[in-house]
Amino acid sequence: MKFFVCWPAMRKEENKVMRNNLFALVKKESLHILRDKRTMLIVILIPVVLIVLFGFAISTEVNNVNVAVVAPDRTNGVNDAVNRIAHNDYFTFCGYINQDEIDQQLRSGKVSAVIVFAPDFDRRMEQIYAGLPSTPIIQLIVDASNVNSAGAATAYMQEILLGTESQQAMFETRMLFNPQMKSAYNFVPGIMGLIFILVCAMMTSVSIVREKEVGTMEVLLVSPMRPTKVFFAKMIPYFVISCVVLIIILLLSYYLLHVPMSGGVWGIFSMSLLYVLLSLSLGLLVSIVVKTQVAALLLSGMVMMLPMLLLSGMLFPIENFPKFFEVLSNVVPARWYIEGIRKMMIQGSPFVAVWKEFTILLGMTVLFFGMSLLKFNDKLE
Amino acid sequence: MSETVISVRNLTKRFGNFTAVNNISFDVYRGEIFGFLGANGAGKTTAMRMLCGLSYPTSGSGTVAGFNVMREGEMIKRHIGYMSQRFSLYNTLTVGENIKLFAGIYGLSKQVTAKRSEELLARLKFSSERDTLVKALPLGWKQKLAFAIAGIHRPEIIFLDEPTGGVDPVTRRQFWEMIYEAAEGGTTIFVTTHYMDEAEYCSRVSIMVDGEVRALDTPTRLKQQFNAGSMDEVFRMLARDAQRGE
Amino acid sequence: MRPFIVLLNKEFIKLRRDSFLPKLIVILPIALMLIAPLLVRMDVRNVNVAVVDLDHSTTSHRIVSHIKASEYLSLVGATAEFDLAMKGLEEGTIDIIVQIPDHFERDMAVSTPEKISIIANAVNAVKGSMGTQYVVQTIAHALVEFSNEKSPNQLSEVVTVQNRYNPTLNYPHYMIPALMIIIFILVCGFLPALSIVEEKEVGTIEQINVSPVNRFDFTLSKLIPYWVIGFFALIVAMVIAHFVYGLIPTGSVWVIFLGTTLFILTISGFSLTMANFSNTMQQIMFVMFFFIMIFILMSGLLTPIDSMPDWAQTFTLLLPPRYFTDILRSVYLRGTTIAELWQEFVALGSFAIIFNILAAVTYKKQA
Repeated sequence: MKFFVCWPAMRKEENKVMRNNLFALVKKESLHILRDKRTMLIVILIPVVLIVLFGFAISTEVNNVNVAVVAPDRTNGVNDAVNRIAHNDYFTFCGYINQDEIDQQLRSGKVSAVIVFAPDFDRRMEQIYAGLPSTPIIQLIVDASNVNSAGAATAYMQEILLGTESQQAMFETRMLFNPQMKSAYNFVPGIMGLIFILVCAMMTSVSIVREKEVGTMEVLLVSPMRPTKVFFAKMIPYFVISCVVLIIILLLSYYLLHVPMSGGVWGIFSMSLLYVLLSLSLGLLVSIVVKTQVAALLLSGMVMMLPMLLLSGMLFPIENFPKFFEVLSNVVPARWYIEGIRKMMIQGSPFVAVWKEFTILLGMTVLFFGMSLLKFNDKLE
Repeated sequence: MSETVISVRNLTKRFGNFTAVNNISFDVYRGEIFGFLGANGAGKTTAMRMLCGLSYPTSGSGTVAGFNVMREGEMIKRHIGYMSQRFSLYNTLTVGENIKLFAGIYGLSKQVTAKRSEELLARLKFSSERDTLVKALPLGWKQKLAFAIAGIHRPEIIFLDEPTGGVDPVTRRQFWEMIYEAAEGGTTIFVTTHYMDEAEYCSRVSIMVDGEVRALDTPTRLKQQFNAGSMDEVFRMLARDAQRGE
Repeated sequence: MRPFIVLLNKEFIKLRRDSFLPKLIVILPIALMLIAPLLVRMDVRNVNVAVVDLDHSTTSHRIVSHIKASEYLSLVGATAEFDLAMKGLEEGTIDIIVQIPDHFERDMAVSTPEKISIIANAVNAVKGSMGTQYVVQTIAHALVEFSNEKSPNQLSEVVTVQNRYNPTLNYPHYMIPALMIIIFILVCGFLPALSIVEEKEVGTIEQINVSPVNRFDFTLSKLIPYWVIGFFALIVAMVIAHFVYGLIPTGSVWVIFLGTTLFILTISGFSLTMANFSNTMQQIMFVMFFFIMIFILMSGLLTPIDSMPDWAQTFTLLLPPRYFTDILRSVYLRGTTIAELWQEFVALGSFAIIFNILAAVTYKKQA
């Protein structure tokens, strides 16, 4: 009888002990992490540096293309055309060269394009305007090894040389969501996706496996704490770190890059937190499956991060992929996260517009978590 | 009077504000088994690392095998052997490969290595395990192998840092027999431990508390001095006011 | 000599017996070389265009069929519903909306017509601008063909274009040298550091430190296996480039070997130097990730250095991969000679010497 009276109190005491234990473990984990100042510094530095680089340094635009000119007759027409090229921001005029220097200049990389004007340029130009048939009077020799710039440079050069910019007058163009045409906007969601995988999958799994290696994991598992609580304790500090990093990235994006974030910050937060949970469960899965820290590192790095970098659309547009890889990218969680964040952060879509992405991420989180639990129970036997 | 092989005067090691080893002085004579006792955190390992040329003293001086610990660390290393708490053998190498590796590191020729390898394996009764990976060996065997390898180049002094950690009493006993054998052969043994019963096996014992040497003598005389029945008691009396340790 | 030989032998044995690394070293270069060239494209293709045709004239139909025929554009809808098209834009199924105003054909004949409206999703700025360019050019061509007047576009017949070194504008050919360099950075830049830090964590490095082993011997024994592995990766990459992608070096293979040698030396020396300052796996992992990230993004591998602002361009002079990117792409695609690349080689050679000396010198047996 006495037992039943005392039992609720005992249970309450037990729960309190359990909570204290969890708290103590979390505290120990956090201290351990904070003590490694160098790593903490880098975890903060990585997204900051990435934002600065993508925001201000890296660009896929064509700029400063070095151009040389071959012109046996430097007529008015030729000088005029050369001036237009020289004054254009996309090109850097490197001077006049001779016909026999073309090979060397292009091959050594000194110039990326050579414009060759035919002799007697002005007269031939008049003939063309008069409607008489003529052979080509301008030859563009382009270093096509750089495929990106070659196409664009050729198109720009043709426009400038032929003065066809006027056709722009027929159109009224509007660039939506990114009127200032900042290339950074496209990459910020990718940066977010990357850093969370790094912290939550890689860092967490290495940390858990480290305890396995050193042997203290067994000590924890034979303690009265349930194994799930042990893993929780490990993941909570990394969850907190991820939240801090998320806030830093959002602040930088807004104040430094002027990303509008017009869709509302809460939507962005919710999806990011879900993605963090997903990454944590991936980290958990990795840590259960491998035995050494090096293996955890390489597994999460090569098997998770590399596909993510290549297939998620953060750097390379998915539309460019061969069909097989386009389909494969659906399996990469980051792809959905990045798409959802792009819509909310840059297009200003409301949270409801990304329900599809959210649901998929949710499903994946549940799946990975379930797999971890299954694998863990397997291993316990 | 025996020759001095290790001589330490006012040796100190500081890490920032923390003084791990505080002004210790002692001598060790050839052929003795010198026990360096103390609780965990007392400074034993730090002191030993200075003697092995792994760490620079903050102040003070010392000579090991006739060489200066501050300036001639690399020379010291040619004349000493070392075994750490973690039995630092390469787990993914076999017994035979580990022997060959460390023999080669100490500059032994192929022929000498082969001969000593045979002797070592026979003595340990390991000959059948030559091609076993070290990680597959039971703990006690790893320990003995590590000790044997530490002496493969016949050094004057062998330093042992907590060599019997985590090992069962029977294996510990066997291990100490190996130590006796080595000492009888003229090798000086410098061993740190926090097992006080092992102190009884040593020629002389020093006890470190909070970075200082609080006692230094034979076990018998220490027990007399402290009126104690065992070294354990001696230690507990000394460690009563200790700030650091378990 | 003997200590060095046994140490080197130990490294190879360890590598052989490791459960993960040998597989990684073989699979990673192969997988990356087979798959990545198909994915690593930053050009603009398959721009999805929806046309909102309010004119329904022959001209507007002409415009639509030109867009359909374009190799860069993809017609996903010709509708009269602007709102529908806009929804598609927001969802991401449509990249650009072209709206042809009412009475466009009629107005073209008599006066200046109302402007054709182009609305682009510019979240991806390059796609937005390039896509718009393509649309403008395509429509302009469509209109030219239809009118009798001579317009400046006909002048395009008097300009010829010669694409040298890569006449088919083969994108994988452009990216393969970059991918090779990325493989070298991962294999020879990341792994050697792990090797040293692992010994630190396990404790075997202490046994080395307490022995009379020369730190140059030790450092060299740690480096050499990764030089060998790096060369293996080079051969694998070159073979796959040749037989799968048809990319053959235009220039001298020996120059490629020399450049690769210098680069592998440099990057592994850098890796070991970093490892000498780290004591845990977690730390070295993050530190190396940070540097490798900067190397890959700023060395001209994925985006051109010429597009960077001046301060960034100056900064890249400190990055060894920048010089090797120049060398490898130039030799592979243009056949540039070693004499024309002497500056890059000197820079790379200097880095190789500096980092290897640093790797040995920063290794402290006594702390």
